[in-house]
Amino acid sequence: MPAGFISNLYVFILAGFVGFEVIRRVSPLLHTPLMALTNALDAIVVVAAIIIAGREGTKLSAILGAIAVAAAFSNMVGGFLITDRMLRMFKLSGRKKQ
Amino acid sequence: MTPLTLQYLTDFAYIIAVALFILSLKWLSSPATARHGVLAGEIGAAMAVVTTFFNPELVQFKWILIALLLGTMIGIPLGLVHMTAVPQRTAMSHAFGALAAALIGISEYYMRIPHITKFEMTEIALEVIIGSLSFTGSLIAAGKLQELLPQRPITYKGQNYVSLSVLGAAVLIALVLIVHPLYTFFFPCMVAISLIFGVLLVTPIGGADMPTVISLLNSYVGLTAALLGFVLNSKVLVVAGALDGSSGFILSVIMCKAMNRSFTNVIFGAFGKLQVSAAAEKEDRTVRSASPEEAAAILGAANTVIVVPGYGMAVAQAQHKVRELFDVLSKKGIDVKFGIHPVAGRMPGHMNVLLAEADIPYDRLIDMETANSEMPQTDVALIIGANDVTNPAAKTDEGSPIYGMPIIEVDNARTVMVIKRSLNPGFAGIDNSLYYMEKTLMLFGDAKAFVGDIVRELAGGGHA
Repeated sequence: MPAGFISNLYVFILAGFVGFEVIRRVSPLLHTPLMALTNALDAIVVVAAIIIAGREGTKLSAILGAIAVAAAFSNMVGGFLITDRMLRMFKLSGRKKQ
Repeated sequence: MTPLTLQYLTDFAYIIAVALFILSLKWLSSPATARHGVLAGEIGAAMAVVTTFFNPELVQFKWILIALLLGTMIGIPLGLVHMTAVPQRTAMSHAFGALAAALIGISEYYMRIPHITKFEMTEIALEVIIGSLSFTGSLIAAGKLQELLPQRPITYKGQNYVSLSVLGAAVLIALVLIVHPLYTFFFPCMVAISLIFGVLLVTPIGGADMPTVISLLNSYVGLTAALLGFVLNSKVLVVAGALDGSSGFILSVIMCKAMNRSFTNVIFGAFGKLQVSAAAEKEDRTVRSASPEEAAAILGAANTVIVVPGYGMAVAQAQHKVRELFDVLSKKGIDVKFGIHPVAGRMPGHMNVLLAEADIPYDRLIDMETANSEMPQTDVALIIGANDVTNPAAKTDEGSPIYGMPIIEVDNARTVMVIKRSLNPGFAGIDNSLYYMEKTLMLFGDAKAFVGDIVRELAGGGHA
């Protein structure tokens, strides 16, 4: 078992609990933006893809890495964009369009 | 800068990014602070991406930059889709997320052989299997939501056995690979079979179950990212994956509860084929229908109105007319609220977004529990494009396929009005006894046109 595994497991369990507690409090009003936002955050795999695409290695791994960069980054850009677009539409009564 | 200092700086940037991600989700708890959340997430993500460019392992940047450009070119249009298309956009982004994670795992396998331990192989195999099946599963879900594929459940005899055998085959090959990581021929087979399993997993699931399926796929994609974090020993991926995974899991549980189904039932039991009990007694039941004028008169005389919108309202593009109705009734001092069932729409929270887009203030949007507690004091419940989520059979008819599903109890309101094209049963193919109740008025017609007629009647009526 590699040394990092246990510490990663700690992080996974703790992050899972933090995620559960934080997300449980998200209003059902915002469940669609929530899913869009977590998709955008999940797109952080782009940092791993960048290294695969740019490191010394075979042509195959560079190509797979580049596709992964494009796929993940499109999620990051599109995810933040649409989350913000949706959230801008939520307004309280009495306050007309700014 | 020495490599070690650089390493510390990178780690530090990733830790700040993780903290910002958690804050980002925390601020999403209320619409008032939610947009700060997006900003926090953006700053965190940007920090992590920029820092990665200083990684000493990187030897070439050309492909990275081209890929980033390509990603931006795909991402911007996907961020600008119409609000009714958000469910299929979300399914597509699940597919992209799963694709990226699976490709990285595949690349790691080829990079590490022949020096790969059994433990590493286990992690990679698990990550690649879940990533691959989430990729094709999400593509099928997106195809169904976009109506490129049939929405009805596609089933055949013995299908669960076929699907499970395919998954079994993938797991078996993974086990062979764990014992003999150098049997490289097996690796692409494992990927291919996992891709096929993803297709088999989602194809039989009907459109009505899409909110659950999207949430479930969301948690798979999160899990894939977290597993990738284990493979690469990257804590920022573990955290982001765990956050995404727990979000998808919570939403899946909420969706399942809202439909009174279990995960296994959603995945293994295709829904919406049964229509048995109601057919026989249908003949002699009568419905009362009303014209836009009559509907306008009843609405104008009410003190409290709860509108129950369903996906049909969005299909008819009626939300803007509904907003006009909301405005004209509010101006008369009538209290108008919108009671929203958790599975209204095609993904969790979809209906709220559609109504917010139509400029309906979010403090007028109430959840199912609140709507049900206010229903007995409500003069008119107006149902637009919703069907199964208002069907009293869910409470009373044990033989009904939706028995036990929580509903918005519109039958407790003093008057019920239903805008509907015809008496055809809804998405799940189940007849609705609500339509035959004495207090129910059926408003037959296109939702957009009918609401428009009511608005015109109320605006022109003059007794404000």
